[in-house]
Amino acid sequence: MDSAQSQAVRQRPVLDVPVDSRALAHHTAAEHSKLASDLVFDVRDVTVRYGVHPAIRNVSLQIYRHEITALIGPSGCGKSTFIRCFNRMNDLIPSATVEGTITYHGQDLYAKGVDPVEVRRRIGMVFQKPNPFPKSVRENILFGPKVNGMEVDADEVVERSLRRAALWDEVRNKLNDSAYSLSGGQQQRLCIARAIAIDPDVILMDEPASALDPISTGRIEDLMRELQERYTIVIVTHNMQQAARVSDRTAFFTTEVEDEASDFRSGKLVEYDFTEKIFKNPSDRRTEDYVTGRFG
Amino acid sequence: MAVSTPRRTVHDTLAGLERGRRRKLKERAFATVLFTLTAVAILVLALLVVDIVLDGFTRINVDFLTRYASRTAENTGIRAGLTGTLSLMVLTALVAFPVGVGAAIYLEEFAPDNRFTRLMEANISNLAGVPSVVYGLLGVAVFVYALNLGRSLLAGALTLALLILPVIIVAGRESIRAVPLAIRDGGLALGATPWQVSYRQILPSALPGMLTGTILALSRAIGETAPILVVGAVFSRRADNEPWYFMEAFAALPVQIYNFVSRPQEGFKIDAASAGILVLMAVLLIMNSAAIVARNRFSRRY
Amino acid sequence: MHSEPQTSAAGMPAAAAGPELPSQPLSLAGRTRRGERVILGLLWLCAAVSIFTTVGIVLVLFVDASDFFRDVSIWKFFTDTAWRPFGGVEQGRFGVLPLVNGTLLVTAIAMMVAVPLGLGSAIYLSEYAAPRARRVLKPVLELLAGVPTVVLGYFALTFMTPVLRAIFGTSTVQIFNAASAGIVMGIMIVPTIASLSEDALSAVPQGLRESAYGLGGTKRQVAIRVVTPAALSGIVAAVILGMGRAIGETMIVAIAAGNLPKLTANPFDQIQTMTAYIVQAVGGEAARGSLTYESIFAVGALLFLMTFALNVLAQRFVRRYREVY
Repeated sequence: MDSAQSQAVRQRPVLDVPVDSRALAHHTAAEHSKLASDLVFDVRDVTVRYGVHPAIRNVSLQIYRHEITALIGPSGCGKSTFIRCFNRMNDLIPSATVEGTITYHGQDLYAKGVDPVEVRRRIGMVFQKPNPFPKSVRENILFGPKVNGMEVDADEVVERSLRRAALWDEVRNKLNDSAYSLSGGQQQRLCIARAIAIDPDVILMDEPASALDPISTGRIEDLMRELQERYTIVIVTHNMQQAARVSDRTAFFTTEVEDEASDFRSGKLVEYDFTEKIFKNPSDRRTEDYVTGRFG
Repeated sequence: MAVSTPRRTVHDTLAGLERGRRRKLKERAFATVLFTLTAVAILVLALLVVDIVLDGFTRINVDFLTRYASRTAENTGIRAGLTGTLSLMVLTALVAFPVGVGAAIYLEEFAPDNRFTRLMEANISNLAGVPSVVYGLLGVAVFVYALNLGRSLLAGALTLALLILPVIIVAGRESIRAVPLAIRDGGLALGATPWQVSYRQILPSALPGMLTGTILALSRAIGETAPILVVGAVFSRRADNEPWYFMEAFAALPVQIYNFVSRPQEGFKIDAASAGILVLMAVLLIMNSAAIVARNRFSRRY
Repeated sequence: MHSEPQTSAAGMPAAAAGPELPSQPLSLAGRTRRGERVILGLLWLCAAVSIFTTVGIVLVLFVDASDFFRDVSIWKFFTDTAWRPFGGVEQGRFGVLPLVNGTLLVTAIAMMVAVPLGLGSAIYLSEYAAPRARRVLKPVLELLAGVPTVVLGYFALTFMTPVLRAIFGTSTVQIFNAASAGIVMGIMIVPTIASLSEDALSAVPQGLRESAYGLGGTKRQVAIRVVTPAALSGIVAAVILGMGRAIGETMIVAIAAGNLPKLTANPFDQIQTMTAYIVQAVGGEAARGSLTYESIFAVGALLFLMTFALNVLAQRFVRRYREVY
């Protein structure tokens, strides 16, 4: 990826129009820089519990279109739990409950009548470990369009998705081979291609590079920058350098002792701002300790 | 407070050693007893196989396989029983496989965690303990009389299907559970509905295990005698049993063996019976091999 | 609080979309997936078949049995000492005790064979056998469980009985006898007891064994005094389940134990078990609605109750040993 393009992507809108003047008082500085129509997710006071114990508590933040938002923090701070709220993957855990509101383009994601299947069709996800289906590369890509009843030109979708995932050149002659014959990094990019094939609005990535070697990781990071032009990306990572390299905004989570007696911990959002600010001039000492390596 | 410890003498030490030697002997004796107990059951199995082969091997020939039952031991054959058993196998599989797989998918993928689901699960493990002859009584009362199927092949197959259903469900659930959760998440995250994920991803991956389980269950079903005897399998039938004539009366191999062995004449009781058993065991052996092949052939790695 | 089960969302109308929505129209409401609803219903039905089966068994047995008890009092059924079911209400005697006696006698013999063999195999496989020996022995033992019972019946009648008669004399041992059927039945349930007990033994935490060795225990002492007691409830469950199988087993007794209902404790006597009676009476084409036909279901109901009780008992023990670890 050339640096000119990278610069272009990094440019931010100059005009500041508050999304919601009512919320101005307690919102972070970061959101003033965005137009209301660029607001993709508006998270208000979200608490996720497994059973009675909260995994994360009272999180509020905003995610904007065509940005890469990184969620960082020590392990156990609930960032994976949190990202799974955006496409309602937490529904699959019977004991999990979500309180608060998450709106997606103004619509409450957890309102009655909202179908999680429709949500996931628009909000794709890439998981920590590559999880291709035990089928051919081609079938992996076409699964999404097929189940969503999209009438598409199969060859075109396969090529386009693989190209966008920067995998086309490597697998163009192996489209009918098992996805399991690919390397780990290729498998992960296949999973990204698979997510792209249904042309989502948002792509969630839950530590997409944690199971990969440095070279594959670099590829995925480059890829994210390219994808940003078309998609809004939210990424969970415990690799701070990665967050600093790829993201526009960063949310720092930490764990807090919930109950002294049982030492039960829950996650909490400490600070959310432009990535540059988080890493160079954080307002909270805990953030500073973490990004400078004094903690966790 | 001072305690006086008697000084250990050379004699004491040697006594300890002596005890150790005796203990070692005891240890070895115990291990030998355990091994013998294990071997007994296996030896009996070997004895049984040898006994049956010796009794029946010379009696097996083409005529025995292709003739219908006869009044004389020399001319009797198992054609009706063999075709009946094969037809039962086909019909039982046609009923039990889809229902068992459906139940397994429901219980693993869709069942809400409530009392009814728990009741179903407890019920399935209880059914496995119901004697097979009781299934026969169910078959008589429901299939033969209430549904008016008569003492037909279909009534027999339905009875056997109910009998092996719990086994198929349990095997099906196990093979579904072996499919990694990541596959499920991957499908759902692409906007597939739970059913689409089950049908297109989980089912194909779980199928080899389900097939293996079903074949093994079927091999149990066709060895069963009591339920189809109660439902009304006949011994002597001068016709083939074909699966598509499912409303006809039927014979089955185990029922014929039971009839042979119940007769006083040695020609039936020993020769014909053991020959029939050899054929039955051969069928079972083929099925078990098929199950192993199914498992190895289609097994996927994740 | 916004958590809701996944299934409730399907097919609901869209919530009104806000006016500030971006360019693309957005509806997160579910597609109507009527086909999937039907499929889900079918899947539920498949799972419910097992419930229907149980309900069917209970209904069938108890409806016909209750017809039987209209003619024969329950008191008589359980106290009369003779079972002569083919004579109708007048000449017949319907005391189930001889059949129960036959069943229990054969079962007792079977357990005397199966418990030591099964338990011995289990301890050997779990505590002594080298992994390689275990890999071979276990499947071979399980092969035994796959032998059709009609084959075992043949073996009992044509092999075990002659052996017993040769040992104890032809005047003592009748051609059809409880001992021969019981011994072979015992062999049949060895795999059941062995494999379930072995599961229980293997589930005993390694730490328990190590601490016992640390106190100077020998292998035998550890196996007998530490591991076996720790796995006891699982072993008891295995034995009870094995007993249930013995009580319900039909073909071995129908072939080798005879068809003479009799109150006896002599293992070399001809007897009749409950299951053998069912097969005999059904085979005799007892007319539907006749007292004989109904008596089959009365005996079947009793058999079902006995095996059901044993199952429930076994499950209670299984649960106990699961709770410990």
